[in-house]
Amino acid sequence: MKEFRGQTLSWQIVNGAIELALHRDPCNEIGSLTLDELERFAAALPGLESEAHALIVHSTQKAGFSAGADLRELFLRGQEMEKVAAVRGVREFLERIHAVMNALDAAPLTTIAAVHGVTFGGGFELALVCDIIIADRMARFCFPGLRLGLIPGFGGIPRLKRDLGNAAIRDLLLTGRSFNVMKAQQIGLVSQIAAEGEALRVARATASQVGKFDRWTTAAAKAFVKPIPYEELKQEINIFCDLYSRPAVEEGLRRFVENEGVQPYLP
Amino acid sequence: MPPTTNHTLDEILNLAALHFKVPRERLTPDDDFFKTLGIDSLQALDLLTRLESHFRIELPDYELQGVSDFRTLASRIQARL
Repeated sequence: MKEFRGQTLSWQIVNGAIELALHRDPCNEIGSLTLDELERFAAALPGLESEAHALIVHSTQKAGFSAGADLRELFLRGQEMEKVAAVRGVREFLERIHAVMNALDAAPLTTIAAVHGVTFGGGFELALVCDIIIADRMARFCFPGLRLGLIPGFGGIPRLKRDLGNAAIRDLLLTGRSFNVMKAQQIGLVSQIAAEGEALRVARATASQVGKFDRWTTAAAKAFVKPIPYEELKQEINIFCDLYSRPAVEEGLRRFVENEGVQPYLP
Repeated sequence: MPPTTNHTLDEILNLAALHFKVPRERLTPDDDFFKTLGIDSLQALDLLTRLESHFRIELPDYELQGVSDFRTLASRIQARL
């Protein structure tokens, strides 16, 4: 499928680059519907690769790239069933989204995340599967999971370990604080900084540049420098599911979902 | 020499007025900025990013937990200058 317009995301080929746009209100929270459409994209990707040399993932939502997993859905689904069934459901969801993330990670194209605003949790993890992160000056990166009693679950920790120094990862995870774009570039997370509202334009310029190279050479170079940490990714799912089964997580999710204050996104 | 707290406070009020398009004279140091500026937590993160950029500091967002007035915000920033 060369073009797709879904409820949470869309894709098309523009000047030899696949552009995957996220557009779910309010800030691209990733739940079942987004996962269904991401799986659809991952299935279509091999058919798109012959016509494109790059993939750009971006958001059309004003608030940001993505606020991460749909915590409201996670909480409400958990309320509808016994704990054992809820944990099984979470594991199935994680295995499915890991399959999508791994497919994007391994795609033989140069992949670029063009991010702005809130790039939190699962949204941050989606950016981390890309080869290059280009960030708007107002982007913020955060893994707030620990305040809910969880670790990142969409492959974030193994991919952070692949890309960054351990001290920076500990700072991100253990404080739950958000990093601005200057800090993110300083630690090696962000490749290029764009002016406000210009991340997609800068990503398109970068996609145009990488399109000058032989695709087989690009694919060989990428496979050589960017191994996928499959074993650690499996471990992450196991740890996440162990933590999810604890009562503290249910309480953390309840606090977040029922919070009507103005500061729920401040860790 | 670092700027005084009053100077820092003044810069915060100017920046908030400019970005959120609120008349500067309507903002006072003890205002609840969530109410005065009509912002939510996502917009507060936007304000934080602009403040970090303006003052060339890092201000961990957990230091803003429970902070809602400009004067306390200025003291948090002052401690990082």
